[in-house]
Order: sequence, then C-alpha cells, then structure tokens
Amino acid sequence: MNDPVQPAPGPGGPVSGGPGSGGQGSGSEPIAPLIELVGIRKSFGDLVVNDGVDLAVDHGQVHALLGENGAGKTTLMRILYGLTRFDDGAIRVDGAPVRIASPADAIAAGIGMVTQHFSLVGTMTVAENVMLSGVGLGRVDRAGAVAAVTAAADRLGVAIDPGARIDRLSVGEQQRVEIVKALARECRLLILDEPTAVLVPQDVEALFGAIRRLTADGLGVLFISHKLGEVSRISDRVSVLRRGRIAGSVPAAGIEPRALAEMMVGRPTVGVRRTDRPAPLTAARDGSADGVGAEVEADLVAARGVDVGTAAGPDAAGERPAGTAAPQRLRPPALRLRELGLSGGTARGRDLLTDLNLVVQPGEIVGMAGVSGNGQSELVQLLSGLRRPSRGTVEVNGIDVTGASPQRMIAAGLGRITEDRHASVVPGLTVEQNLVLEDAATFRRGPFLDSGAVRRHASALIERFNIKAAPTDPIGALSGGNMQKVLLARALAREPVALVASQPTRGLDVGAAEFVHTQLLQRRAAGGGLLLVSEDLDELLALSDRIVVIYAGRIVGDLTIEQADPRTLGLLMTGQRLDEGEVA
Amino acid sequence: MNLPLWAMVTAMLTTATPLVFGALGELVTERAGVLNLGIEGTMYAGAFVGVLVAGSSGSVWIGLLAALVTGVLAGLFVGVFTVTLGVNQHVAGIGTTLLLIASCNFASRLLYGGGSVPQVPKFSQLLPDVPVASQYLLTYLAFLIVAPAMFVLLRSTGFGLRVRAVGDNPEAADAAGISVARTRYAALGLGGMLMAAGGAFITLAMLGTFTLNITNGRGWVCIALVIFARWRVIPAVLGGLLFAAVDALQLQLVITPQFAGIPQQLMSALPYLVVIGALVVAGRSLRYPGAYLKPYRRT
Repeated sequence: MNDPVQPAPGPGGPVSGGPGSGGQGSGSEPIAPLIELVGIRKSFGDLVVNDGVDLAVDHGQVHALLGENGAGKTTLMRILYGLTRFDDGAIRVDGAPVRIASPADAIAAGIGMVTQHFSLVGTMTVAENVMLSGVGLGRVDRAGAVAAVTAAADRLGVAIDPGARIDRLSVGEQQRVEIVKALARECRLLILDEPTAVLVPQDVEALFGAIRRLTADGLGVLFISHKLGEVSRISDRVSVLRRGRIAGSVPAAGIEPRALAEMMVGRPTVGVRRTDRPAPLTAARDGSADGVGAEVEADLVAARGVDVGTAAGPDAAGERPAGTAAPQRLRPPALRLRELGLSGGTARGRDLLTDLNLVVQPGEIVGMAGVSGNGQSELVQLLSGLRRPSRGTVEVNGIDVTGASPQRMIAAGLGRITEDRHASVVPGLTVEQNLVLEDAATFRRGPFLDSGAVRRHASALIERFNIKAAPTDPIGALSGGNMQKVLLARALAREPVALVASQPTRGLDVGAAEFVHTQLLQRRAAGGGLLLVSEDLDELLALSDRIVVIYAGRIVGDLTIEQADPRTLGLLMTGQRLDEGEVA
Repeated sequence: MNLPLWAMVTAMLTTATPLVFGALGELVTERAGVLNLGIEGTMYAGAFVGVLVAGSSGSVWIGLLAALVTGVLAGLFVGVFTVTLGVNQHVAGIGTTLLLIASCNFASRLLYGGGSVPQVPKFSQLLPDVPVASQYLLTYLAFLIVAPAMFVLLRSTGFGLRVRAVGDNPEAADAAGISVARTRYAALGLGGMLMAAGGAFITLAMLGTFTLNITNGRGWVCIALVIFARWRVIPAVLGGLLFAAVDALQLQLVITPQFAGIPQQLMSALPYLVVIGALVVAGRSLRYPGAYLKPYRRT
C-alpha cells in the first residue's frame, strides 16, 4: 500500500508512512509499530475530513502531527480514541488489527488521550476522576485510586494532591491530571491534542520534561500541534496533515521549519513582520537564552505569513504610513482606566478587579497577557457596559463613561470585539441585521429600519472585510472566521477611537487570523488605540507596543515590547514577582 | 399558647416522608443531569397503582411493589424522551405528569365510577403508643435506610461516581468509557421508584384509599427542595422536614383560638410560602450540575 501523496522532501528524505516502515532506529529487523493507522477515511456528508490517512507511532517515539485548523487532525484523533466512527481503513496495535468503536475500546487497546478541553469532572477530586474509567457499580476503592495517582505522578515527575478538587486546580495542573489519568489506565500511546495551547511557557517546559521521561519508559506519544517550533523541539518524527491527507512525514532531526510550514499551508509563506519596528521577535529570541517559546513564535510567524507591509489586501499597507503611527500625545488617551475595581464573586473572597490603572494612547496597541480567569473577562464586560465597576473611572477619548450604558460607550468612541463571538451575534438574524445591531438608530426612517441603507452599508462592509456571505444569510450559518469578520466589521465601521479586542483570533484558521491581525494594525495606523486581550503570547508579542500582565485581577507588569519575552511574561502570568532589575 | 409539641413532631415526620422519598428520587435524577418534571405524575401514579393493586390482591406489600415498578417504568418513560430522543426536559417531564395524572383519574373513574375509592389494606404504625416513634415502617425506611444509602451511593460507590460524572461532564464520562445513556436511565429508574414510593406512602400508609388530586403538588415541592438543598442529600432531607414542620405548625395554628382571625387558606399556603422564601435565599449563586437540562450527543 502506497501513500498516494508524495511526501515533501525533508532533510531525512521522503519516508513512507505505510505499514512495516516503522521501527525507526531498530537496526535490521523492522518490528511492528506500536500503533498504526492505515488508510483512514472519514467524511461528514460531502466533506471529506480524512482521506486515506496512514500514520504509525513507534514505541518510545514522540510523533508530531502538524496541520492547520481544519486539516483533519482532531477528527483523526477522535477516530483513534473511538469518539468518531470512521468510514474506511484500519487501526493496528503491535501489528494486530483492533476494533475501536468507543473510548472503552481505545482504553483497552492502551490508548490514552488528553484533549484541549479536558475530560475532567470539575466537582470531583483528582482521585475520583482517575477511578472514573473502569469503575464498577459497587463500593469504590479510594485508597487504590490514591495510590495509582501517586504512582503515576511519580512517573511523570510531578506532585499531585489526589484529594484536590479539579475546579480548584490551574489549567496546567488539570492537564497533568489528564496525563496521570491516562497513565493510571496503563496507556501505551498517549495522544496530546495541542497540549501547549493552554499553558504558560513554564508549564510547557514541565510538560516537555514529562514527555521525555515517559518516552524513555517506552511510551509512544502522538503530539498534535500547529506550532512548528515546539514540534521540532519535542518530537522524533513529524507528519503533516493537510486537507485530510498526509502531506509528508519526516524525521524531526535537522528539520527545516519553513519546509514544514509550506507543507502545512500548501504554499510558500512570507515572513510576518510589523514594518514599523525592528522585528521584535528577534529581541524576544535573544532575550531568552534557554529559548522558552521564542523559536515557537518565530516559526509560527514564519508559517502565518502576515506581513502588514506587503500582504495583499484591498487596502494594504501602502495607503498607511505605518511607521508614523507613534502615539500622539496631544490628543486625550483613547482609553484610560483609573483605580478601576470590581468587587465580589470569587470563592477566595478577593475582588475580581483591583486598582486597575491603564492608559492606551491613540495609535498604540496595548496587549494584555494573562492566564484566563484572572479578570480579563470581567474587564471586557465592564468596558462593554455589561457590568458596572465598583470603584474607579473609565474614560474614552477624554469622556468619562464610568458605568455608562453600552450605547453611550459606543457613542463615546469605544468599539469592542468580545471573546465569545457566538454570544456577540444574534444567531437568528441575518448578516446585515447583525452588522447594524449596535447602531440601528442611524439606519432609521421614521419608526422603521431603512432597509435600503442597511443593505448598502452591509454590502460595503462585506466587500471591504472580504466576508464570504450574502447580506441576507443567517449569521449562524457562517464559519467562525467569517463570523469574526462580521464582528470586526461592525466594530471597525464606526472607526472607534478605542477598540477593545478580546481573544480576536481564538479558534480561527491561519488565513482568518492573519486578516484580523492586519485589520487591527490598520486601526492602529489610523490613530486608534487598541487594548488587545489575548492568551496567545505569540499574538501579543507580534502586535503590541506595550504588554501589561493581569494576574488575580491586578496589573502585575507593564512592559515595553523590547522588555517582553515569553519567559518574563510567563513568570508574571503565574503570579511570580520578578527580581528587581530583571525588567527595568 | 400551648402547642402539643410531641404530636407535632410525630406529624412532621409522617408528613415529611413522601417529600423525602420524592426529593431523593429527584435528586439522583438531577445529579445525572436530567430534570424529571414527571415527578408529580410519578408520585400520583405510585399512589393510585398502590391502592389499585393492594385492593385487588389484598396485600399492601404487593400494592407497594406494584407502585415501585410503576415508578421505575415512569422514570424510564421520561428517559426515552430526554435521553434517547433528546427532547426538551421541561416538555417531556410536564407531559409525563399530565399523562400519568389523567390516566390515573381516567382509570379511577372506569373502575370506581364517580364514587369514592373503597378502603384498601394499609400499613399500620409501629410502636403506636410511643410519641414520635409511632411511625409507619416506610418512614423509618426513608430516614434511616434510604437517605443514608443515597448519601453513600452518591459519594462512595462506582454507580454514584458515574451518576455525578454524567450529570456534570458527560463528555468526560463518555471518554472514561461510561455509557451516559445507560447511567441516566438507571438514575431515572431509581429516582422514579423513590418518587412512586413517596406517592404510595400517601395512599397505603397515611390514608388507605385514593382520592383525586391526592399528591396535591408535593412533587413540585420536591423539585424546590432539591434546588434548595443544592443537590445534596442531607440538606434535602432537612428541607423536607422544614416543610413538614411548617405544615404541622399551620395545622395547629388553624385550631388555635388566638389565630382564628387569619383565613385558613392563608395558613395552608404558609409551607409553600416558606419554600418560596427558602428558594429565594438559597437560590442565589447556585451551581447547577454541569449538564443540567442538556441532552448528551456525541459530536
């Protein structure tokens, strides 16, 4: 059986993903791979998601599966874990075909999976979550589960309290519990689906350490990612999935990120750069000698191909002198928060937001970094007019809008793109209705909506923002990327003085994310002040002029882009204080 | 004012028994993620079938057994709609209640005509001469066996772990190899059985006969108790006792001369007002089971 798609050339040369080719590094006799997927096909209706995928993972190997959003990675993993039925193909364990129709089958075959959305029951303890699989009906063996947790945690090289309740643990800790859970079930292949997406840099290092420990024991790891840098650091072998097919499979040693990026995207990529400052990424790379995350970022950047200076687009960089967008001090700050506080609501009895002081100048992007749940959502709700602050003031363009209604905030020049895009649209309404939702008052003729004006406005925005939809399409039918473009269009159409963008590219594919970034930078170039709230450090480092770090409802760091590097940000995000002098 | 305290406590325990059965039945279903609004109908059917079978067989025990089986079937019936078909749980539950009450009333009319249902064999009180302890066997069962067993079941057994997992994060339970559907059916069956036991207690222990509107909204009170208790066993039992205590109190007050001026209807409403008040207080910042009201479908 031959792979129909020719593997792309890499330093190690083309390698077939077919059966019998595993056993990498095993001398003369090729032994059967630990797990093998052969010709896996899966379609949803007309959409072919996996189109004859061959993939093999050996004992003790970290095999990375790389691909863009929508390339079929997640479906493939769900198939392997028995959560999705496949149409055709076979799965073999140690050379013998197995039938995997449910997660129970997968567990029995020695497969464990850690997804991005953890499969943990928040109200139960670590030990209870671990004993959940394979639990009978009668009295549970709590002591046995505690022992299993402790043993697995030892193997992993971390400390975990078996009696801790899941919803009191940090995201990194929860991920460790997921791995412990898989290990306690004696899994032999561990699938990690974008495990670093939710982690701060320090936790990424801990995870990589754990992976190395486990593979030394003979465990196979299938590592799903779209970050090229981390893949080249952790894996032994890399396979690239594009549009449901394996576009290539190469050994990780001496890997060329650019070649992988091309394989992933299917086209040569341009470098991503903000043209108005000397590539901040270089600084970040130099700044962290131990390389935490820096190369990840540089490579991602290489793969994404956003170049504000050269990217083609209806109104690309040429029109805007990007280099002159320095903050304009004569105008009032685009956004100013003074001593802002929000009381109540948390289990630990502390305030949700405490003494937030922040100034965003016109023509400036201020990034806000932080692990989710540290007050970002509350701040954005507050700036959307959905919550009233308990203390302090909010000024937009010099106008006090503290506790004002959403309409008044919009009128003052505040635009926002909130983190949950599905909550920001009215799914039953059409694209054009959603586009004018916030300023329906301006499209009025007497008591009625002026449908002609609405249509003209919507059509112009659809054209300008390259939204792939008709004005009368129901918005619920749009893809995430197109929906985000609608929200972007709605917020930017009014040319807001201050724009609050929260997680604007979460869940978007590379092309859509690129578009959003370009639009944000254009707003900045046009003199808008932006507050960019994101959990994606790469995004923050690529776009921001300054980065503030929020932790436990307080701003614990305010760094210029030159000072900011993933390591420093990671320390601040986890609430550790920096030594004096580490950041000037 | 001199209230007969011991008599009131005795009455309270008896009044609380159907509520404890019903609330515990609802609690286990809700912990599995299913709001079973069929509870009122299930208690009603338990009350009716208990009388029907006790009357025709001549044995109160066979009557009780028939009621329990009815309850299991009613729970599974709700499961067909909420678990297998993924229908809106409010609609499925209220529909079940309407169906069961109407069916029982219809059957009652067919079997007994318009007249009253004859007396059937009923449970007698244990220790009839001892204050407080003179209770029916089912009351002892409810407080001393069923409630502690439910506590242990949810906390320390594999079944309880499964129920909590499918109610809080069915995806996680599924990924752990637990059948969400089977666990929810089991919880519905068990819950339905307890609800029917509550209904049967009213007819087979308290009254010895069946009348229309026999449950009189007790099922809805149980729903409120479960929320008031935040899905925990011990507070649910205490909530049932609180309701019964207020009920026993108002029954005393009605016959106390000092309170003669207060309309009796207002007095009867007192326990329900207390429930509403308790819900207003306890209902703030509730943490519902994660999968409450959500049918589970693999994506």
